[in-house]
This record gives sequence, structure tokens and C-alpha cells, in this order.
Amino acid sequence: MTKSKIKILREGINSTFQDLGRNNLYHIGLPFSGAMDKRNYLIANKLVGNRDNEAVIEFAYQGPIIKVEDGSVNFAISGDIKFNIKKGNRILNGECYKTYFLSKNDKIDIISTNNSVYGYLSVSGGFDIEKNFGSFSTTVRANVGPNNGNKISKNTTFLIKNQKNEQIKKNLKYLNSKIEYIRLLKGTNFNYFSKESINGLTGKEFSVSKLSDRMGMRLQGPEIKNSKETNIRSEGLVKGVVQVPPDGNPIIMLSDHGTIGGYPKIAVVISADYDKLIQTPPGKKLKFKLIELKEAEKLHKLYQMETENLLNQI
Amino acid sequence: MIKNISNLGDAALYCDFGEEINQKINTDVIKYFKNIQNKKIKGIINLTPSYNKLIISFDLNEVNFLDLKKQVQDIDISKDEVKVNQKIIKIPVCCDDEFALDIQRLSIKLNLTKKEILDKYLDKEYFCYMTGFIAGMPFLGDIHKKIRLERLETPRVKVPKGSVGITEQFANIYTFESPGGWNILGKTPTTIFDHTKEHQPILISAGDKVSFYQISKIEYLKLNDKK
Repeated sequence: MTKSKIKILREGINSTFQDLGRNNLYHIGLPFSGAMDKRNYLIANKLVGNRDNEAVIEFAYQGPIIKVEDGSVNFAISGDIKFNIKKGNRILNGECYKTYFLSKNDKIDIISTNNSVYGYLSVSGGFDIEKNFGSFSTTVRANVGPNNGNKISKNTTFLIKNQKNEQIKKNLKYLNSKIEYIRLLKGTNFNYFSKESINGLTGKEFSVSKLSDRMGMRLQGPEIKNSKETNIRSEGLVKGVVQVPPDGNPIIMLSDHGTIGGYPKIAVVISADYDKLIQTPPGKKLKFKLIELKEAEKLHKLYQMETENLLNQI
Repeated sequence: MIKNISNLGDAALYCDFGEEINQKINTDVIKYFKNIQNKKIKGIINLTPSYNKLIISFDLNEVNFLDLKKQVQDIDISKDEVKVNQKIIKIPVCCDDEFALDIQRLSIKLNLTKKEILDKYLDKEYFCYMTGFIAGMPFLGDIHKKIRLERLETPRVKVPKGSVGITEQFANIYTFESPGGWNILGKTPTTIFDHTKEHQPILISAGDKVSFYQISKIEYLKLNDKK
């Protein structure tokens, strides 16, 4: 039997294959990468019955238009996404967190993300693509990952690995909640900054700049003044680190960040708030709050349990 | 030796070896890095050695800061030896003005001729302190005292792939096109990071020795075409 095949009719914005990311390569300069919003990634795979490290298509702001060229496809979309399904002349409004069955020539049009940044499209059986360094994640800047380490482009076709010919019927009731604060832990150079600047960081609003991508999120708000040194000796970074360059506008390191950097680290976003942080679109405001390590660890456990509960409901 | 271990966020250890930068301290960092890598400690997902810091990222579902800190504090590297790669990695560089984007700036600020700068740069054998920022980028040192200069005031949005640069006491190679502020004095046709070689994707690793030699534009183009 021939494998099912899909064709990309429009690539969308920053559409890439992603999975849970790549470990143990920071020391050669390769970032973790992987799906930006891990919870939505896991839900997308579970909805179509995949194991939890299968490749999905991640897109930002606008997703691809995809046509089924051969066979049939069960798919699901997670996030807060507006999309249509076209079957012949019929157009259906798509719902997130629900599986759909497509036959040959049917199309999915992922129109936009609603008040958020990233969305995920999973297909039952997974895409038939190659791993690179043990992962399906794409790191465009280093040309690492499936699809030759590139973004997904128009007119490319992909095969589906183990597709099922019968319809999968699964759904999940879930609303992506917004949180009031992004919580932070003190960074290793916290004391480089004046009390006034710290008060600005935790007391005032910052807006997300347009110059944000999978590498980093740039913020604009009250100037964060460095009262000691504006450069430090280059050293390792992790995702969530808030660096402050000499111009005083903080940059938060995201999943594709450079592995080494030389700007002081004022703070680090807690693990539990990362998925929410990266879904904040440019122009939106963010507020920050400093907490202690013990609390961050507790919040992580809580977030993890919540995610597992959601996955168990599918 | 590690002077202090603090947390970098809730899922990483920040091991501080002090403020100084030299080969001895960096070798200690590399010893810890290799020791931990070989131990395969549960929960560790990434290690980032640099001049005088080691960052250990972990999976918060498997281990937490205090437990892992204790495990790292108990590590003894006194008997560890870092196998030094005796071979010197020789990197060809074309320093034609077309590629040496900042040679004039260097010449003016350092009050040296182009030849004097290049002679000093090409004369030395360098030590690789670390790799990173972008995939495979080596941070080499130390360059001759007379050719040390701070970064560009305004970094370039795009430094071409293969550019070789210097700043402060260090030299590097831009393994991919990238934003950057180093003073560029040439370009190499050599591939430093190859994603198809998964077992050994990088040409230069921390602890390696590197030297540069000059090639003509014609040789550069010939080598570049072969890729």
C-alpha cells in the first residue's frame, strides 16, 4: 500500500519540524531547540495517538496550507488557532484539540494564531523524515534537523509514516489560560543592577518587541541600568535567561538561543512559566515577579501534573 | 577549582571558577566537564563549559538543584587528565581586503600596518578555550598583546560565514553567518561545523591547538569550490 502524502501549498510563517529537543550538545554550540510550547506539543501528539517524541509542524502567527496528495490523514491542531478544512466545495471551521480525518485532495488552511504566537499540527503515524543528532527538531541557524535543517517551504511534499486508514476520534476540552505574571528567579548578575532598575523590572510593564523569534524575545520598558559592568566574560546560557545588553532593553533567551553570551544575567524565567511566556505576541505587555527557588520547583511540579492530567483526559 | 555553585534559574547549576581567564583555570573547567560527561549523572541534559564557568542544565523532573549541587561538590578531579590533542589544526585564511573587513580600523586604532597585524596574528599557536554561541564557533587565545582591540561599537547584523576575527585577547571563526562585533581580518574556506558528521561535527574542540596560515584569493576560491 502506498504511503499517504501531503503537500505544502503555502508555507506559513517560520514553519518547522520540532519534537522535544536535543540534549547534550550545548558544548559544541547547538541549542536545545524543540517545540517552543511543550504542553501544546505533547497534546497534539497524544490526540492523534503518536508516541510523545514524534515530529510535528510548529508554525508562528500563520500556519501552512496543506493538501492531502495521496491516501488519508488523521490530524490535530493545538494552540489557539483559527483554521479551516476544505473538503471539495465544503468549508468547515476547524476546532483545536480535536482530531479530523482527511481524504485525498482535502485541504487544511491554518489562517492565524489568536492572540498567541505558536501552534502545532500533528499527523497520526508521524511524518516520514530523518532525525539529525537524535532529534526531529530543526535549528535553522545551524542547518541542523530534518528537511536539511530548513524551514518548511512551499510545494514540498512529505510522506506519513504509519498512517491509519480509519478515523481517530479524540478531543480535549482545554483553554490556553493567560497568567498575570511571568515569574523570575534572580540571575547570577542580579547585583549588577541598581535598586531602581530592579523595581522597574518587577513593578512596571514591558512590551514584547517585534524583533522576537525562536532565539530570543526582546522587551521594551523602563530602562534597566547596569551600575557595575555592561559586559561580562562570555559564558554559557540556558533558555529563560534574561540578559541585559548595554542599551538597557532586556532579552530573554528562548529555545534556539546562542549557547554562549556576554551580557549580564539579571534574572531567569521559571520553567513552569516558559510555555506561557513564549505565547505572548509582539506588542503585548508582560509583568514580572521575583520568587524563590523552592517556590519555582513547586510550581514546576504543579504545572507538570496539570499537563499529565490533560494528557490523561485524551 | 570550583569556587562557588549557585542556581541559574530552577533547572541549571552555575559553577564559578573565579574571574581570571587562563589555560590552567580553563583546563580545570574542561576536566569537570569531561568527568561529569563520563559519569552520566541522572537528570543532566546539557553541559556548557566556558573560560572560567561551567553550566550544568538538568531535567527538573529527574533531579533538583540541591541534590545535583551535592553530587557535583563531591566530584574529585585531582587525578583526572585531559587528553591533549597534540596535532595542531591548521586553518587557511585569505586576508585580501575584500574579506578583511576591519583591517583598516585595526590598522588605525593599533597604529600598525596591515602586514604587522597579520604577521602577529599568523605567528602564534592558539589554545581553544571553548566552542559555542553558534554551532562549532571556537574561542581561541591568546593573541599578541599589540593586536588586542575591543569589539566594534556597533555590531554587524550579518558577519559572513567563514570570517575570522579578533577581539580583546581572543580570536574566533564565524562558522555560520551571524550577527557579531568582532574585528574581521580574513575568511577561511574550511568547514568548521558539519551537521552530517554526527559523531564529530566540529573540527575544533576545547583544549585543541590551532594556527592560521595565509592563502591567496585564488587558493581560497579553489578550496571553497571543492566543498
